[in-house]
Amino acid sequence: MAYVARKIPFVGTPDTNPETKPFFDGAAAGKLMLRRCTACKKAHYFPRELCPFCFGDCTWEEASGKGKIYTISIMERANPPYAIGYVTLAEGPSVLTNFIDCEFKDLKIGQDVVVKFVKCEGDGPSLPFFAPA
Amino acid sequence: MSLKGAAYIAGAWEHPTRKAPDKSIALLHAECARGALADAGLTKDDVDGYFCAGDAPGGLGPLSMVEYMNLKCRHVDSTDVGGSSYQVAVGHALEAIAAGRCSVALITLAGRPRSEGMATGTAPRPGNPAAPEMQFEFPYGPATANLYGMCASRHMYEYGTTSEQLAWIKVAASHHAQYNEHAMLRDVVTVEDVVKSPMVSTPLHRLDCCVISDGGGALIVTRPEIAKSLKRPLVKVIGVGESPKIQAGGDIDLTFTAARWSGPPAWEMAGIKPSDVKYASIYDSFTITVLMQLEDLGFCKKGEGGKFVSDGNLISGVGKLPFNTDGGGLCSNHPANRGGITKIIEAVRQLRGEAHPKVQVPNCDLAIAHGTGGALGTRHCGSTVILERE
Repeated sequence: MAYVARKIPFVGTPDTNPETKPFFDGAAAGKLMLRRCTACKKAHYFPRELCPFCFGDCTWEEASGKGKIYTISIMERANPPYAIGYVTLAEGPSVLTNFIDCEFKDLKIGQDVVVKFVKCEGDGPSLPFFAPA
Repeated sequence: MSLKGAAYIAGAWEHPTRKAPDKSIALLHAECARGALADAGLTKDDVDGYFCAGDAPGGLGPLSMVEYMNLKCRHVDSTDVGGSSYQVAVGHALEAIAAGRCSVALITLAGRPRSEGMATGTAPRPGNPAAPEMQFEFPYGPATANLYGMCASRHMYEYGTTSEQLAWIKVAASHHAQYNEHAMLRDVVTVEDVVKSPMVSTPLHRLDCCVISDGGGALIVTRPEIAKSLKRPLVKVIGVGESPKIQAGGDIDLTFTAARWSGPPAWEMAGIKPSDVKYASIYDSFTITVLMQLEDLGFCKKGEGGKFVSDGNLISGVGKLPFNTDGGGLCSNHPANRGGITKIIEAVRQLRGEAHPKVQVPNCDLAIAHGTGGALGTRHCGSTVILERE
């Protein structure tokens, strides 16, 4: 079962939450932007202004875009089917995503993947997806 | 101060319907309320506390249902943590009763996703874009089935759990459901039936999923003196616990559930251990939900759930831990897509000796009813209630 592009829905706009707009601006430029705490130095996801580990202030940084598959589920009932999963980024946090440009049955937990950006339907923003490295 | 035994479940009633296109959701709640009060031997005028969750129609927590049923309450609580809300409500009712805030607490759940044609498990449900996680999750198609499928995939990867082991959970539920005249799925199934049923979201097959049903249920929780004045067998609340589990800033571990945290305070309050339990109601939105919660509640070691549930160990009269003897969400019903209250109702039936004779556990004096609400793959709440027949 190979990847087939599907319409990616989005609710609201990148301006809905001003706190996360730089994430979407980064994605539009092909960059995966992460938040990192200036106090405890840990990166987190999804992005927040206040660190979810210590409530310290955070800065933005561009992530490497590299990670490993933490888990996968191939949604066979959907049309077209899609592969949802978490990727554990090289920077630490795990992110919810879909896997693209691959044969779904070949995906393995622990496999190296890299970020690719896909635009949502309509006027929606680009978002990070992952494909085999 | 321990609140062990500060309240009793005096009334429990499950709506027999599984499809109710001709009834409003409010009416289903009210019919459940009437049924539970009649079961307890109390009247509407006795209710002074009302507990509900997000399935109650209306936008302001309990207000619309208090209006519809014309209740006179001095305490209300509408904590909404999905299907686990009703175990949480039992705990909150116990606390309110102990604090003197109410004496007769009514808890209701009802809904009709089946009549409304809701694609409960397979269609992602968009929410308010101001929910801080929404824009980082919804585009990726998080539907209930794949949110649990991701947990099953990781559990299989870390512990070698198999689809056949998961299937045993459905097999056990089906053995019980054959005796429940109201159950949606009454045919006994085999491991082969489950693993050969159509794949929904890997590794979960159609028969790994719960049913989609209309219906509801209600409970009456009350003070010990009132419970003892009634004519029903005494079911005492001896342990409660609740805890949310989240993605924690991306520091995720999908191999365990919030039961790891809601269980210990309940066990400690009750002063018993898992091996003391005669009957277990375990939330069963999917087979994997049951397996992970059994591990996290301490019925077996982490990673050994697959072995624990195999070979009929959850079948009443066959295995060591009879579970969901009404057929549970996997076979009987999952009203409003929330199975918490029916877990408690079947536990009460078992403790009263009122379960179906074919599945009644002999000398059933200690039972657990554990709920999960939300999604194991992102965030959920776990809630544990331990009950004793007095």
